[in-house]
Amino acid sequence: MTSYGDRRRERIDDLAAAASVDETPGVSLIASAWRRLRRDPIFLVGLAITVAFIILAVISPWIAPHDPASAPLLDKVRPQTNPVPGPEPGFPLGGDDRGRDLLSRLLVGSRQTLVVGVFATIFGLLGGMALGILAGSFGGAVDSIVMRIVDVMLSVPSLLLAFTIAALAARPGQTTLIIAIAIIQVPIFARLLRGSMLGQRASDHVLAARALGVKRRAIVFRHMLPNSMGPVIVQATLVLAIAIIDAAALSFLGLGSPDDRQPEWGQMLGRSQEFIYDHPHLAVYPALCIIVVALGFTLMGESMREALDPKTRR
Amino acid sequence: MVRFIVRRILQMAGVLVALSMLLFVWLKALPGGPVSAILGERATPARREALEAALGLDQPVYVQYIRFVQRALRGDFGASTAVIPGEDAFQVFLIRLPATIELAICAMVLAVALGIPLGYLAARRKGSPLDSSLVVFSLIGVAVPVFFTAFLLKYFVAVEWNLLPVSGKQDASLDATRVTGLLILDGLLTREWDAAWDAVRHLILPAVALATIPFAIIFRITRASVLDTMDADFVRTAEAKGLEAKVIRSRHVLRNAMLPVVTVIGLSLGGLLAGAILTETVFSYPGIGDAIYQSQRDKDYAVLTVLILAAAAIFVIINLLVDIAYAVLDPRIRTR
Repeated sequence: MTSYGDRRRERIDDLAAAASVDETPGVSLIASAWRRLRRDPIFLVGLAITVAFIILAVISPWIAPHDPASAPLLDKVRPQTNPVPGPEPGFPLGGDDRGRDLLSRLLVGSRQTLVVGVFATIFGLLGGMALGILAGSFGGAVDSIVMRIVDVMLSVPSLLLAFTIAALAARPGQTTLIIAIAIIQVPIFARLLRGSMLGQRASDHVLAARALGVKRRAIVFRHMLPNSMGPVIVQATLVLAIAIIDAAALSFLGLGSPDDRQPEWGQMLGRSQEFIYDHPHLAVYPALCIIVVALGFTLMGESMREALDPKTRR
Repeated sequence: MVRFIVRRILQMAGVLVALSMLLFVWLKALPGGPVSAILGERATPARREALEAALGLDQPVYVQYIRFVQRALRGDFGASTAVIPGEDAFQVFLIRLPATIELAICAMVLAVALGIPLGYLAARRKGSPLDSSLVVFSLIGVAVPVFFTAFLLKYFVAVEWNLLPVSGKQDASLDATRVTGLLILDGLLTREWDAAWDAVRHLILPAVALATIPFAIIFRITRASVLDTMDADFVRTAEAKGLEAKVIRSRHVLRNAMLPVVTVIGLSLGGLLAGAILTETVFSYPGIGDAIYQSQRDKDYAVLTVLILAAAAIFVIINLLVDIAYAVLDPRIRTR
């Protein structure tokens, strides 16, 4: 099987299989993965970036020198001659075209970027989990119907799908953006969970639970689901990076939030297009922030994927 | 074999039907409906009713949907309002298509020409500084949004250093002869070398920007696949037989390692289609991606509908062709 959707499917299934392979007694999969990760410089760099980003997002309102929505440099903005105020004491990066402090907007922008990324991932995860659990725990006809839907979604390029959803939405805005990006993640998580749950249905611990007369719901939620979380967490890390980049791309195409009192990196990047030739720094700073954060999540996710994958564990 | 192809075609039809329903529902849900979109908000009730009847909007929903599909199959989506005002929407798609084909082919050629040799090199020297830096570079390539790569290229190469044109696909003053619509090919066919060269110059930056996505994928797959093959039993056998290292590398390792790479090349075409929206927008390169962006921005719904359906259709058809080609080449696939 070779089509685009198939390739994405295989990648997901590999990851799902990784969770259910290792049954060596004594050392759990997570523990052995963690032992490898602790010494992996790529993972540590990714972890450092991610932790720094989250801390920044939490504390930014207190460390930002100015209120990101206020316009202290407004009297410096000259629409004809100098639309973007340059750096000056107290404003190390200068202002934007509405006289707001650029540094403060970048710092506080980490919050909304994190919010878009995290919520898009969580909604995608919840939707995917619902479908995956449905398919993986019932099997049979339910499984085929759910997986047909999922496969159709996987066979369309995800950014094109997100663009279509966002373009079709009645009102552009942050919620629309989050929903559009969440929807394209649903089939990925669904397939992942279903694969790992089907793998476990035949395994000894599920058999033992069934023999003891544990109810199906308890088996699914207490025995199968916790054992599937490893690959799900790995995938969620990678999805976060993709969600942040896709959100930036959609914002750039004008599908982001029209309300810019709350700064967000993708939206700052999109809005900077007007001044891009004379004042490229307006685009470069938010873009660099996005790249560093996306790289952090990607490095972390990819090294976790490798650590979980039994094929690379030589 | 026949069953395999039939199953694939059914799956493809499923995607298109689902998408057409989505678009149909959306067109109906436009603020005030299509009538307001066409006539504007201030039309008299009598004119609205007349148009509603003319558009068949007084019919039940399923009848409307069937009509929508019938017209779509004939390529009749109405006239463009913004992208090329007055032009038939399907014609807009046909006018814009060659530029995107050219862009996608060039980007893919670039990605393959760089990705495979570098991936092979990285695998041969696994763990070396060269390998690590190439791997990190490919990870950065994934993390950098493609429109930002495009912007950097445009800003430095075209604006600051003035080496290549900033936007468009050919200098209008050249008055080149059109044959196929593929500008480089046209220039070569008509021997208007300057026209072909100008088209190439316009194509370089968008193609490089767009190539970053498939490059990262092809590089990583090549590296992983060569590493796998170098460990294979048949390579050890060849070494034990005393074959020359050069022969082993070219005949045994490289040839077998290429199978997954060829697969992934076919599949990356989908990513190119989505990336083209961003790249073409940055360079105002008049292809399908730029038209999708424009029609969305200017609410040219007829064109947007055509383009979304067409993009999805192109994508599934490419997939289908890749699948069939594979099933012909590799009998193991058919039985699965």
